[in-house]
Amino acid sequence: MPSIMRIFGWLAVSAAGLLAVLTIALHRGEQINAMWLVVAAVCVYAIGYRFYSGFISAKVLALDAHRATPAERLENGRDFVPTNKWVVFGHHFAAIAGPGPLVGPVLAAQFGYLPGTLWILAGAVLGGCVQDFVILLFSVRRDGKSLTEMARAEIGKLGGFVAYVAVISIIIILLGVAALIVVNALKASPWGTFTIAMTIPIALLMGLYLRRLRPGKVLETSVLGFVMVLLAIWGGQWVSQSHLAGYFTLGASTLAVLIILYGFAASAVPVWLLLAPRDYLSTFVKLGTIALLAVGIVALRPTLHMPALTRFIDGSGPVFAGSIFPFAFITIACGAISGFHSLISSGTTPKLIRREPETRMVGYGAMLCESMVAIMATIACCVLQPGIYFAINSPAGIVGVAPVQAAQTISGWGFPITAGEMNSLAQAVGEQTLLNRTGGAPAFAVGMAHIFANSLGGQALMAIWYHFAIMFEALFILTVLDAGTRVGRFMLQDALGHVWEPLGRTSWYPSILATSSLIVGAWGYFLWQGVKDPLGGINSLWPLFGIANQLLAIVAFCVATTIIVKMRKASYGLVTLLPLAWLVAVTFTAAWHKIFDSNPRIGFLAHAQQLANAAVLAPGTSRLIFNDRLDAVVTAALILMVAMVLVESLLEWGRVLSGRKLPVVKEASFVATRFATEER
Amino acid sequence: MKQWGQVLRARLGQSRQILVLMLQEIFDESAYTRFLTRQGLTTSREAYDRFVREQGEAKARRPKCC
Repeated sequence: MPSIMRIFGWLAVSAAGLLAVLTIALHRGEQINAMWLVVAAVCVYAIGYRFYSGFISAKVLALDAHRATPAERLENGRDFVPTNKWVVFGHHFAAIAGPGPLVGPVLAAQFGYLPGTLWILAGAVLGGCVQDFVILLFSVRRDGKSLTEMARAEIGKLGGFVAYVAVISIIIILLGVAALIVVNALKASPWGTFTIAMTIPIALLMGLYLRRLRPGKVLETSVLGFVMVLLAIWGGQWVSQSHLAGYFTLGASTLAVLIILYGFAASAVPVWLLLAPRDYLSTFVKLGTIALLAVGIVALRPTLHMPALTRFIDGSGPVFAGSIFPFAFITIACGAISGFHSLISSGTTPKLIRREPETRMVGYGAMLCESMVAIMATIACCVLQPGIYFAINSPAGIVGVAPVQAAQTISGWGFPITAGEMNSLAQAVGEQTLLNRTGGAPAFAVGMAHIFANSLGGQALMAIWYHFAIMFEALFILTVLDAGTRVGRFMLQDALGHVWEPLGRTSWYPSILATSSLIVGAWGYFLWQGVKDPLGGINSLWPLFGIANQLLAIVAFCVATTIIVKMRKASYGLVTLLPLAWLVAVTFTAAWHKIFDSNPRIGFLAHAQQLANAAVLAPGTSRLIFNDRLDAVVTAALILMVAMVLVESLLEWGRVLSGRKLPVVKEASFVATRFATEER
Repeated sequence: MKQWGQVLRARLGQSRQILVLMLQEIFDESAYTRFLTRQGLTTSREAYDRFVREQGEAKARRPKCC
């Protein structure tokens, strides 16, 4: 395209993006169409990718098309395989997109659609994509080393140790909170529980089919699994209306126990039997559903009923307590900046990259796609009437369990809703009630069902779509639970192997059972704590997860900035330093509030004190007090460790910049790629 | 116009091919094919068992993002 046309093209994209962002940001008192969010996102992402990632590629990282990647130099047909960039892109996206970008934006929508949307756009373009991109490139230049290994090599031993502890902490907290979301979505829901229960035998059947009947035909097996899941959803409707309903109508505590037992079993049985087929099935459903949701939004072009800003920006929100700063920024991690991505960017993906310049599309581009998923989740929950959104997401401790009382409380906030409307909605989606379904998943499912039912099938299918969405989220989360428990187990075994060698053997059953028990016990404790929490658990656990995830991003940005400084590119250090400074401000402030805030709904210690001050302690109160104090200690410990990494990094930058230390980057030596000559 | 149609058909064909490759990589079918080539085997239960054993721990160590 002639350059003048290109300039006009980008000017048009910029103008459209500006108009869309201004419309989102400045409209007050009237509803806007969801397409404004889509247009804003697409334009901002396009500009971010074309110009900002282009600048980072050229000036900061100086991507070298002539340098061979580890996939080429160390090619072994197993881990290191030079792969087509689009294939790596899809593989990377499938690995980074989990339930986070669906749940976080739904919870943050209590502030209105505006704060979450702006944070998703700015956070992704200036932070999350940059993190994924630079960590991927630095790992590629270091033979595919992990974040922990890079932290140890570039910052010091402490950096490596803290990265390890942060990873295992995040895994444990994530699994606890993820399991809680499933419990809240399935409690008193025979249809949902039956469908999810069926995914276990379906995964086992898939495992056997793949191993015995059609070896290697994973796509075919996944399609069969998907058909069986659809039958399970259809069958769930029948079960929920039959005498079998009683067996699948379970309370939160029972579901929690079952999920803990499942997690333990899943981490101990062979990978091929449960983990791998469930992973394939979940990925299949995930990719299909995300594409379907995008089509549904574009086809329906729904109106957002949630206002741009709600009264809860003052921090008194029922979904979780705390003001926009810092809590919106830790509530939405995946979709904006997620530290966990740095593990994927320094895991499998760098070993597949064929040419160095492709890290831009894979690292930066795939994160943009995940950010788009977060925007779609924002749309899905904001198309609901705000009264419905708050009725679903508010815990019983705040709005009560009686529909009339809950409706009165929520209407009193300025979001009119009646008990009759909530009952009708529950009936329409085939549930007994939708009240107090905290955790984000049910609200997202109702929004998604609304979009699907209005664009792809009509209202008659509302209940089927709702349970399809619940199945999709729960399947997603249970896959994270399977994989996370096993990853945590291996990490623990690696560490304990240094203490006593047999404990490090991953096939030694006593070690498997001991380490599985420790990991499942740890996240199971957080799950149990959430189930027993009168405020629904999400109020305390999701911020804890957000803080832990963003702290890992701080470690990743410390590593990236250190490497940039050592590359003698300190003048471009702001690219990683700015998101780092922002994350430090956000996480440290959030942690301070979560520990010391005098509002018992925010501060762990204040809440513990409030409970302890009661004249007569109700049964179980001592446990709640202990949990609050434990959460405070966990938060403080994480912050303290990351603060140490930060100080260690600052000292290292000081030494290098002042000339007291020779900047040595620990990259693999340059080898010319053969692909460049092949392409000529 | 005819030329434009041909280009479009070629592009669609390429996109379809990339999509299939992407799915095969995500769903480990490509990894299995590479395994068979590397080991000089043809597909069978035994070959798949060996592939699953080789790939099992690496797969289990791969974190799934949140």
